[in-house]
Amino acid sequence: MNLELLGITVLWTFLYGYLIVASIDFGAGFFAYYARLKKKDHIINDLISRYLSPVWEVTNVFFVFFFVGIVGFFPATAYYYGTALLLPGSVAIILIAIRGSFYAFNNYGSRDSIFYLFLYGATGLLIPASLSTALTISEGGFLAVTDDKVTFLAKELFTSPYSWSVVFLSIVSVLFISATFLTYYADRADDRQARRTLRQFALFWSMPTIVASLLVFMGLQMHNPRHYNQAVTEYWWMFGLSLLCFGVASWFIYVGRRYGTAFIMVMLQFFFAFFGYGASHLPYILYPYITLHESVTNETMATALVIVFILGILLLIPSLVLLMKLFLFDADYVKGKKK
Amino acid sequence: MELDSVMLSRMLTTMTLMFHIIFATIGVGVPIMIAIAEFIGIKKNDPYYLLLARRWARGYTITVAVGVVTGTAIGLQLSLLWPSFMEVAGQVIALPLFMETFAFFFEAIFLGIYLYTWDRFKGKWTHWLLTIPVMIGSSASALFITTVNAFMNTPQGFDMKNGEMINIDPIAAMFNPATPSKVLHVVMTSYMTSAAILAAIAAFAILKGRKGTYERKALRLTVTCTLIFSIIVSVTGDISAKFLAEVQPEKLAAAEWHFETEKEADLIFFGTLNENGEIENEIRIPKFLSFLAGNSFDTVVVGLEEFPEDERPPLWIHYMFDIMVTIGMFVMAVAALFVIMRRVKKWNELNKPLLWAIVASGPLSMVAIEAGWILAEVGRQPWILRGYMKVAEAATRSDDVGITFVMFALLYLILGIMAVFVLIKMFKNSPAEVELEQRFPTQK
Repeated sequence: MNLELLGITVLWTFLYGYLIVASIDFGAGFFAYYARLKKKDHIINDLISRYLSPVWEVTNVFFVFFFVGIVGFFPATAYYYGTALLLPGSVAIILIAIRGSFYAFNNYGSRDSIFYLFLYGATGLLIPASLSTALTISEGGFLAVTDDKVTFLAKELFTSPYSWSVVFLSIVSVLFISATFLTYYADRADDRQARRTLRQFALFWSMPTIVASLLVFMGLQMHNPRHYNQAVTEYWWMFGLSLLCFGVASWFIYVGRRYGTAFIMVMLQFFFAFFGYGASHLPYILYPYITLHESVTNETMATALVIVFILGILLLIPSLVLLMKLFLFDADYVKGKKK
Repeated sequence: MELDSVMLSRMLTTMTLMFHIIFATIGVGVPIMIAIAEFIGIKKNDPYYLLLARRWARGYTITVAVGVVTGTAIGLQLSLLWPSFMEVAGQVIALPLFMETFAFFFEAIFLGIYLYTWDRFKGKWTHWLLTIPVMIGSSASALFITTVNAFMNTPQGFDMKNGEMINIDPIAAMFNPATPSKVLHVVMTSYMTSAAILAAIAAFAILKGRKGTYERKALRLTVTCTLIFSIIVSVTGDISAKFLAEVQPEKLAAAEWHFETEKEADLIFFGTLNENGEIENEIRIPKFLSFLAGNSFDTVVVGLEEFPEDERPPLWIHYMFDIMVTIGMFVMAVAALFVIMRRVKKWNELNKPLLWAIVASGPLSMVAIEAGWILAEVGRQPWILRGYMKVAEAATRSDDVGITFVMFALLYLILGIMAVFVLIKMFKNSPAEVELEQRFPTQK
């Protein structure tokens, strides 16, 4: 495995990590707001807050890690995406900023402000929608490149069916991932009422994720046939496995057993789909301007980054395990008996 | 001044950094104070200090949240506003940027654990141990980011050949000549400013009539820390000046209004420039600039005349230097006075003027931080990568910087107001005495 492939795999893995943990967080915000509107907040909101409070910052770092890493490994991405994404990127930053800080304000400051909760719920859906446009742009066709300038073709993006299918997929995925995780968390907390509500959410959002995935495939076929062909000829089995995992997960949730396994299956469902998408995207990082091999940074830097990454992981994994042991797998904490 | 994309990019970056640095400074310094308070609390079995640690930690969650989100903003803005810089410099200096995310990751994990496990462990010291990774993480973040800033001032670790960077050495780039002095000064001023701000809060509470043991213990601890840190800061500031004199003389020369290369150079304090570029109304300390630059009155200090006109930093940074140094000395003097008055039995250290001076020290220290960073950044102009790339070449060519600036201005305004509002509300709703009674009912 060469360095650039190693680099992009590592970064893609982190983006996948962000996809999972951020989806849980984003979706939880939406459910908390929804429950409040339906006057059911006493059922699930304590549960949600018990999980989210200690981990929200960690979620944010996954994202920072990805974009710092990609600029480090593939400096050309800074030039193309940086110039093109000033406005949409800034909107995403502002949404993330509002979300993170208002979460803290609400949680540690004045509880029960419906306005904070609304911002928290709304940004949870808008952030994945705006971040997903970066992936859409990577398919090509949304940038005009001249000698000294890269321009973002906003109109093309807003009128592209492919772009909207990705936005749709990102939102429903967030809700599905989040609902399956929270069902599992409620189950561990032995909180039957919360589990029932959340299980309904999970079942409700399961079919739309598959519909949205199909729409994305159709959109991709029209928008970037090269990518589509590579996905269906070389990596079809990954998408097949993804579908299989989805089936198993939905089955467990439907019969109401083994919520933990169900959530792991959901993680695998997205793992296969996300890596299948990523692998078939290569060698392009930004079609057709940036390829993996041409844009990689010099070898010394790439090696140094990989070494630091390995050392960093050795430090982080035990820390993350500790975090999860204390807040995710400590039955008393999950049940709310420990503060 | 033309509002082109270069100027607007500079303005937006300035605004983001000036806002972020407030929270970043608190983010680096306050964990140290929390750790000290909890340490004393456990060691002396003193509930007052334990409560201090708890309450500081609670307020800290708010500032950390704003620090995290604005840090994310500046991280992305580097690529959005300075794409050419990131593309070129990233080849050499991406390593510490990457390491910073690890340091921050590490800190975020343990901070999350620390905040939610006060009563979770059997051993008293276990919870305190969690402050160690938080302190290491936050100070290491400051270290790594500062190496990047140092690199912009004294780039090394590569050779430039036909516009391309070759022979790249990321470690040499990280440990460039500016790194030691800058890192020391940044980290120590963060500690000092955080202590000064916490002292200001305690002094303000006492002035408002809350004169309990809790407030007095808080004041004593924070002012003592302010004094210790400010003494260290005066040393690191001195190291920084000597470094500039040797390696980046144009920055020192502009900051000191030192135009001609000479020995026995005078130190200019404040003053104005007339239309002929002559200094007026200044306070002049004979030969002292030479002493500052090299510990001897005979030290030759390079003047601004030796640099081409289009490579000289703007002269107004002189005032930034003066503000920074004046505040630093003021805060140190106030803290020293407090500590001395406390030692002498007859004197009452809780007199009103001194308390007000301590209250002023907090925000003033933050002003000094801002002034220091403006000095550091504007003092590097016109370069973004000194000697290699000018700011104007690095900026984005996008037409949307103006609207982006407005959006972020609104964001920071709202975040700033909300943070203050939430912090005030947080502590107003739970006075220290009440909380002490609740948490430690038997011990009081």
